[in-house]
Formats: sequence, C-alpha cells, structure tokens
Amino acid sequence: MPFIPVILWTDRLVFLLVAVMIVSAWYIRRHEHLRAPWGKVARSRYGMCSLVVLSVFVVIGLLDSMHYRPRLEAKTAEGKVNYAVEVRSVFDALVAPLGRRLEKTYSAPFAAYSFSKETIQRPDGTQAREFPRLKFGGAHLKDPAQELVPDVLRGMIGGIGVAAVLWIVLTMVIAAWLAGAHKSDFGPMLSAIIHGTTEVPWRAMLVTAGFVLAVAVPLALLSSRYHVLGTDKVGQDVFYEALKSIRTGLVIGTLTTLVMLPFALLLGVMAGYFGGWIDDAIQYVYTTLNAIPGVLLIAAAVLITQAWMDLHPEMFETVSQRADVRLLFLCIILGITSWTGLCRLLRGEVLKLRELDYVEAAHAFGVPPWRVITRHLVPNVMHIVLITIVMEFSGLVLAEAVLSYVGVGVDPSMISFGTMINSARLELARDPMVWWSLAAAFVFMFLLVLSANLFSDSVRDAFDPRVRTGTAAQLRRLLTRPAQAT
Amino acid sequence: MLAYLVRRLLYAIPILIGVNLITFALFFYVNSPDDMARMQLGQKRVTPEAIQKWKEERGYNRPMLFNAAAKCEQPLFGWSALPKLCHEKLTDTIFFDKSASMFWFDFGRAEIDGRDIGREIRLRMGPSLAVTIPSFLIGLAAFLTFALILAFFRATYVDFIGVVLCVAAMSISVFFYIIGGQWLISKLWHLVPISGFGYGLDAWRFVVLPVALAVLAGVGASTRLYRTIFLEEIGKDYVRTARAKGLPEGRVLSRHVLRNGLIPVLTGVVVGIPTLFIGSLVFESFFGIPGLGSYTIEAIRSQDFLVVRAMVFLGAVLYIVGLILTDISYTLADPRVRFQ
Repeated sequence: MPFIPVILWTDRLVFLLVAVMIVSAWYIRRHEHLRAPWGKVARSRYGMCSLVVLSVFVVIGLLDSMHYRPRLEAKTAEGKVNYAVEVRSVFDALVAPLGRRLEKTYSAPFAAYSFSKETIQRPDGTQAREFPRLKFGGAHLKDPAQELVPDVLRGMIGGIGVAAVLWIVLTMVIAAWLAGAHKSDFGPMLSAIIHGTTEVPWRAMLVTAGFVLAVAVPLALLSSRYHVLGTDKVGQDVFYEALKSIRTGLVIGTLTTLVMLPFALLLGVMAGYFGGWIDDAIQYVYTTLNAIPGVLLIAAAVLITQAWMDLHPEMFETVSQRADVRLLFLCIILGITSWTGLCRLLRGEVLKLRELDYVEAAHAFGVPPWRVITRHLVPNVMHIVLITIVMEFSGLVLAEAVLSYVGVGVDPSMISFGTMINSARLELARDPMVWWSLAAAFVFMFLLVLSANLFSDSVRDAFDPRVRTGTAAQLRRLLTRPAQAT
Repeated sequence: MLAYLVRRLLYAIPILIGVNLITFALFFYVNSPDDMARMQLGQKRVTPEAIQKWKEERGYNRPMLFNAAAKCEQPLFGWSALPKLCHEKLTDTIFFDKSASMFWFDFGRAEIDGRDIGREIRLRMGPSLAVTIPSFLIGLAAFLTFALILAFFRATYVDFIGVVLCVAAMSISVFFYIIGGQWLISKLWHLVPISGFGYGLDAWRFVVLPVALAVLAGVGASTRLYRTIFLEEIGKDYVRTARAKGLPEGRVLSRHVLRNGLIPVLTGVVVGIPTLFIGSLVFESFFGIPGLGSYTIEAIRSQDFLVVRAMVFLGAVLYIVGLILTDISYTLADPRVRFQ
C-alpha cells in the first residue's frame, strides 16, 4: 500500500459524531413531530444561509480528519517498507503544494519579494542588501514589478468566471433535483427559485453559495502561484494555516459537548426525577465544579496532563498523535467544566415535567422509574439538549483561542486559531506591520463563529417554545407585518 | 435572615472542602511530588538524591493524608481517649500542610520565586480591581441602556440592526478587540500608553483603554440577553395596565419594565461581583497590569502549581460569596422573595 491509514482519537469521535447525526437524521425523517421543528429551521433564511457557510467549514474539517502516513521511497536496512513519521490528511493531499511551499520568513499577501532584506550575491560577484525573490510566491513572473498586478487581476477574473460557471451548474442541479422531488417541471421550479417563492429559501442559499464560490475559487486558483494571504515567521503559507485551523475549531466545538452530554443528561434527569439525597448529591457535585473558576480548572488539568505526557514520551508514536491526545484531553476537560450549566437546566425542566399528568399516568400504570425516564422524560428535554449544543459551539471556538493564549490550549505544534493569533500578535509591533496572519485568523474565525451563532439562533427559535425573539423570528415578523409596535 | 445566612455559610463549607479535595487530588495524586520535582529540576537526568532534596526542602517528603510514623505529643482536639490517633499524625502530612492550610488563607510560598503567595495576592488585588470595577459598572449601565433602547424600538429596523450588530459583536474574539484597540488608540493616535500601570491618580491613563475594550467586548452578548429579558417583561399584563392608564412608553420602560427586568438580570450579574477581585487574565496580560490575572497567567506559564492552586481556592471562595450575595440581592430587588 502506498500509505497506511492513521485513525487518531479525535478522528474516531468525529466519525462517531457523523454517524450519530446520520442515524438521527434518518430517525427524524420518519417521525412527523420531530420533523416539524426542523422544517421551521429549513424555512429560516438566516439559518439556512449560515448553514451553507457552516457546511463549507464542515467539509474542510472532515477532509482534514482522514489521516494517513505516506510510504517512503527508502526502505529500512532489513528491506521493510518504511512510512513517514509525519501524519498527513486527505485535505493536505488535496491542497498538496500549499502546505509544503515554505518560504524563509514573512511575506505579504500576493508578494513576489520577501518581507525583509537579505544580503544577496549578485551574478557579477558584488554583494547587495535587497529584498530577495520568494521561492514560490510569484515565481513564474519574469519581472514582478510589471507583471504582478495584471497577473493577479487576470487570475481573479478567471477565478470568478470559473466560480460563475460552477454556480450556474449548481443552480441547475438543485432545480433539477427539486423538480424531481416535487414531481414538477424544471422550468417552473427554476423560476420559483429565482423568484424566491420556494418554501425552503433556496434563492438566499444560492446567493450565499455564490458569494462563497466567488471568494473561494479565485483564492484557491491563485494560491497555487502566490501566497494569497502571505506567509508567517517560518515561511508557512497563512492561507493553509487558516484552513487547517478549521478542523481544530470544529473538533473543540463539537466533541466537547459530545463528551459532556451523557453525564449532563443522565445526572440532570436523575436529579430532577428522583429528588431527595440523589438530587442533593448531584447538586453538590455540580456546585463544587462550578465554584472552581473555569479557566483555572482547565489550566490545572491541562498542566497536569502536559506534565504526565512529558514524563511518558514513549506512549506517542508521532508528534501528531501526541498533539491529538492533548486535543482530546482538552475537549474532555472543557466538557467537565461546561456540563454543569446543561445539567442544571435539565434538572429544572424535569422538576416541572415530573408533575405533569402523563408522568403521573405512567406511574399509575406501574411503569418502572427507569422506563419513565427513557420513554417520557428524556425525549421531552431533548430540545434543551439540542439548543445547548448549538449555543455552546461558538463559545467553545472562541474559548480555544483564549486557552491557547494562556498556554493551556492545544499543543503548540497543532495549527489552530489560538496558536495563529498567539504567534501573530507580536508581529504587529514590527514596522512595516505584519498584519496578514491576524487578519486571516480574524476573518476565518469570525465567519465560523458568526454562522454558528446565526444557525444556533434559528435552531433555538424553532425548538424553544418560550423564546420567539431571536434574529430570524424578528426578521420574519418584520417582513410579514411592517413596523407596528405591539 | 440571619439564620438563613448562617445556613448558607454552613452549606459553603462542604463545597469548599470538595474544591480543596479536587485540587489536592489533581495536584498531588495525579501529579505526584516526584513528578513535580522532576518538572522543576528539568525533565530528565535528575538524580534520585536531587529529587529527595527538593522534596525535603519543600516538605513533600511526608505521607499524603496520614502520618503513622509521627511522634505523638498532642492529643487530637485535646481528646486523649484515642491514643493511636493524635494531632501530629494528621497535621504532619502533605494534605494538612499544603492543602487544608488554605482554609485559613495560608497559601504558602510560590514554587518559583519563593515569595509569600498571600502577600502577593493582597498587593495585586488593587490593580485588578482598578480595571474590573469600572468595566463592570460602566458595562452594566451601557448594556442595560442599549437593551432598553432596542426594546423601545422593538419590531422596527432599528431593533433588527441592533440585534444583528450584537450577534456580529459577539462573534469576534476578545483578542481582536484588544489588538485592534491597542493598535488604533495607542499606536496610531497616541492617546494613551499601550501598556503598563501606575499607582494613584496616574493610573487612569493606563486603565481607560482596557476598561473601554472590556465593555466593548461584552456588549454583544449582554445587550442581546437583556433585550430578551425586557421583551419578555413587556408582554406582561402590568405593562399593558401601565400603558392603559396613559403613561408614555419611555416611562413605562424606565419605571416598570426596567425594575422588573432587573430581577433576572441580577442572577447573572451579582454572582460575578466577588470574582472581580481575580481580574481578567487576558486583559491584564495584554495591558501589563500587575494584577491577579497576570499573576495567574505567569504561574500557569511557569507551571507554578502552588500559585494556581491558591487561585483556584480563592476563586471558589469568591464564587460562593457571590451565590450568597445573589440571594440577598433578590430580597432587595423583589419584595415577594422571602428567606425560609
């Protein structure tokens, strides 16, 4: 085999999460009462537009979660096949040149010359201090001063053209698919999409997809010839770093809640349902955990795992495996500090639910407590669980950056928004300023967190019977009924 | 009232014991004193003698919880009925010396520079408070005002744009507020120094930027939350009554909605007041303010477990104080709430 697959711990959990999502999607499709709120999400314009952006991030994250180690050409002394120490992902292979093209140090976006001067040996034997040409960025140009701007513009226009073609194809495919699904003709369906009269806001989604394509395709095409977002101190392409950070952010945002979920659900429901000493004990546990300042508990736990890992280096085959275990620990620890909120919410809800008639009826029929919990209580608190999961996500992505800054975040060798910001913040003091690393981290993080926030808003609007004041509901009200103070 | 407070204080004791046990387990069992010595003396190539010496110097060469070998001189609690159990057997242990001692706020000396942690905490509280108290007060006033304005313009485009701005503002990492603010205000406009701290009246020049940025960084999430709370209040009957008797909308909001909306606001806010003492890790370290936040960050970076542990315990104590304060504030804000 030209490679061996490497399944890291977080990869396993990511794929488990994907499997859980597929199974629950299948289950929801078959149950009308579960489908209804999701239908509401699907009709929300903000929710669906942010979902388009989010799914781009998720696809990159998933591709980046399939790891392998390529085979090396050279064999060992005994003639055995040798595999590289470095763990790569399918995503790395897809953007192959991007991660490998290292410059010497900083260079600005779309630059052909390095950011700092170097002493260069001229062909005629004299020495001069000047900005050297980059090894890869704009290497195909003969005279960058003249050719750079037209070349970049040409690349951009070409990229936007490609994006437009892709976008039209996408629109056609969706119209054809919808026409097939709704048993109508292609023409009327296309016009319904264009006029925005479909139930699911396809027009808004396609506009969002158009924007994403118009930015992403030119950047992707140009990134093979330039460092579109510049390079950092060690000459690594910033665009590549930003793309790699996505997986770290997604893993922290999703796995943390996945890790904490069983505890929070079980303990919260038990505390609310049984009451008495069980309630007291569970309340004691979460008040105690809550009393410890979150950052400090995380810091303490991460310092300790770090110390433990430093003393047991033999347990990790490669640097990435080590970094991965640390990421998993970080998720677990973040989960431990953040499950208390959900647990308290669930306890309060179950306290209310257990007084209701249908629970009383179940008791009267002699249903055992365990079955009351699984059949009658857990399904009725699932909306709280779902809302908490989507609401926590963006906070966790932001928390990762703070933790990395404090020095208790992900492993320094792992690319993440936190490590990017952390290494870039000192560069601002340089003159002229090195702003591109920070700007890249800012834009990518902002897009990820903003779309997660908007999506979680529409999920909350659809599932929470109490809250009807989120952004999406607000806009719906505005559009259906022009400004009228209630 | 007094009986209630006493009960709450008694209830705090098991929680603090729990916190103490968790930190003890984390810092001394998961990471044994031998590991700590190896960390501090430098990873590998440490002789067992060096570790032993390090442990003796710091008193880690004793048993964890029960010192069976200790010489008995003083009976336990002055109670001589149990000759096998005595004061020394329990007190001459790592747990008593390093962990239980935190109950009387004896935090010991820092691992790295050997300074007294308790003294350091007292010194650094001031700078922390100089930043956190203004940002708390200004922030609260600003968030409530914004939320009331949005509630006043509810279901109009002003409200909608406000909410969109809030969501956008809360999607930006705190670092970008700090870095952007420092760059714009200090580097480009030279209005205030980039970082540092001065004591006395001079401090305001150093404090004004972190305070403004802290308020800005919190504006999105808090305004949106308070707006939701106010909108929930606005739908209630007493508000309709107030309007029916002819009160102008501004007065309805400021006198009726604001006052009743404050009750749920208090839950989230009062709990955080005591923890203002701890300061903010990120802000203090970016602005070079010598408070408890930067103290903690330095301790984490230099792996000084004793300081981190002291801060964990301090944070827990302050959190419990915050819980009790929340209960008291409820009675002040809502006359219907009575202590049982």
